[in-house]
Amino acid sequence: MTRYWRLFKDSTLLYSFGRDKVAMASFSVLLLLVVLSFSSPLIAPFDPYDPAGIDIMDSDIPPSWQEEGDPRFTLGTDAQGRDMLSTMLYGTRISITIGLFAVLLQSVLGILLGLAAGYFGGRIDSFLMRLADIQLSFSTLMVAIVVLAVFQASFGTELYNDLAIFMLILVIGIAEWPQYARTVRASVLAEKKKEYVDAVRVIGLGSRRIMLRHILPNTLSPILVISTVQVANAIMSEAALSFLGLGMPVNKPSLGSLINSGFEYILSGSWWITAFPAIVLVILVLVINLLGDWLRDVLNPKLYKN
Amino acid sequence: MALLEVKGLEVKFPMRHGELTALRDVSFSLDKGERLGIVGESGAGKSVAAFAILNLIGRPGYISNGEIIFEGSDLAKMNARQIRSIRGNRINMIFQDPMMTLNPVLTIGTQMIECLQTHMNLNREQARERSIEKLRQVQIPSPEDRIDQYPHELSGGMRQRVVIAIALLTDPSVIIADEPTTALDVTIQAEIMELLLSLCEDNDVALMLITHDLGVVSQVTQRTIVMYAGRVVEEGPTRRIVENARHPYTHGLIDALPERTAPGMRLNQIPGVMPSLAAIPTGCSFNPRCEHVMDVCRSEQPGYVTDGEFRVACHWVAGREQQK
Repeated sequence: MTRYWRLFKDSTLLYSFGRDKVAMASFSVLLLLVVLSFSSPLIAPFDPYDPAGIDIMDSDIPPSWQEEGDPRFTLGTDAQGRDMLSTMLYGTRISITIGLFAVLLQSVLGILLGLAAGYFGGRIDSFLMRLADIQLSFSTLMVAIVVLAVFQASFGTELYNDLAIFMLILVIGIAEWPQYARTVRASVLAEKKKEYVDAVRVIGLGSRRIMLRHILPNTLSPILVISTVQVANAIMSEAALSFLGLGMPVNKPSLGSLINSGFEYILSGSWWITAFPAIVLVILVLVINLLGDWLRDVLNPKLYKN
Repeated sequence: MALLEVKGLEVKFPMRHGELTALRDVSFSLDKGERLGIVGESGAGKSVAAFAILNLIGRPGYISNGEIIFEGSDLAKMNARQIRSIRGNRINMIFQDPMMTLNPVLTIGTQMIECLQTHMNLNREQARERSIEKLRQVQIPSPEDRIDQYPHELSGGMRQRVVIAIALLTDPSVIIADEPTTALDVTIQAEIMELLLSLCEDNDVALMLITHDLGVVSQVTQRTIVMYAGRVVEEGPTRRIVENARHPYTHGLIDALPERTAPGMRLNQIPGVMPSLAAIPTGCSFNPRCEHVMDVCRSEQPGYVTDGEFRVACHWVAGREQQK
């Protein structure tokens, strides 16, 4: 353990992180968002999931610094009388969770299929890559909308509302596997020509072991880079779906559904219901993308900036 | 009986415009603890022969004919599982460039232990101990610390020592060394070669040394095979080949050694280049570059003229033998 800690402490990664102000700032903001949202049950002033704690009389109260504001609700309340701050904290947690798990699913699928395609080549490669091409020719949102709408229509809204978070993870995860598969395949094609692969074949290891233990670790840097971008993408996709009413239900809102629920009231002057979650969403996606950019620069020595 | 016997080996690569024959009728044998040299220019088929022995010809290539008898069974006919128990266990291989043959993201210990656990029934502790023992045998200082290091933390010579240690891990009976010192610094080439030889001798391992350096071959091997365009053109005891080569190609290789040229003179070389596999000349494949070329060389592929342990495929040599 101490050995790995020492390796990490001496790594280029940490060194360049310490010298990159954008990366440090992005990471701090991301860390803050993650910590705040995941501790929301402890720190949020209200529990938006508890119908008993919500009073419809408190609805549409503007942020507390405005004239009609209420000191209890710092960022105001939404149309149902829920405290915006608490709801947003819970919503951010849902958005991040969906983003992470969807990417986990994507990466497992994509990495396995990409490894197989790159390593075995030939027909397996052609088949998997054509499959990826077909998948990519439908946009993620289109696939998601069709699947989620059909599910909602055939199994009823109630069941859907219970399973929404799993459905979103599943749909976003499956729809985006080709991104991983293509990246992994490309690096595998480069790696498998190297002599160390010949050497382990000479040692007599089987294909599975060679792929997972020898080739996969050598393709980790592109995987790390696209993972960051993909987390941001997944959060955006979830927000877009929720905004279209196909994502998280109103009683368990994510950032996207919050933006959506406020959208109806924006013309009547309740701008805060839409604006605050939108700002959080933009910041969240922005810092993840900035971190991804930084990671790409560090992990690719050919791109070293002066 | 020979430990490893290759008989009439033929390797083909199907290409868009017909099949290319990378090896034609390659036969040789290797006894227990023997040291055999395989020489030839780049593209002569030396490495293909080595890979063919382990049944590791890269697709789309395949072994189209011939037998590879190792300890009584034919490697060319084994299934994937059977051949995997031979590879890295009974027959091992050392590659040219130690910078490339070790996986950069795993410690050398991980790579050694993995090899041991694939072939021997050892637990982690035992495997680690044995690895350290082998690292000590290849004279790596403080192997207990080195074993946890990554390949980039070792110098080129050190890495080749590690590669040799990995090759010796499972006490194989054959090691195929494909230009083991070419990528190394000249100052340590001799040292590594010395080490490899003494370890092979101590452990009674047969060594197949693939190289284009006749100088090395003449110093360390007992028998030599000369290959040209996928065919064995001359075979015999190393001493006789170096001192009394008969095939014009072997002559050319020996004359090309720098010590054969007086200081200040232009180095000798064989005119022309090795033909590509797609355009091997009819008759003797060496005929366009040969100084003794005759009409028959352009039309007929020469058979072997055998003389005890010695054999050569050349019309010119055959003609001179007959005159005697």
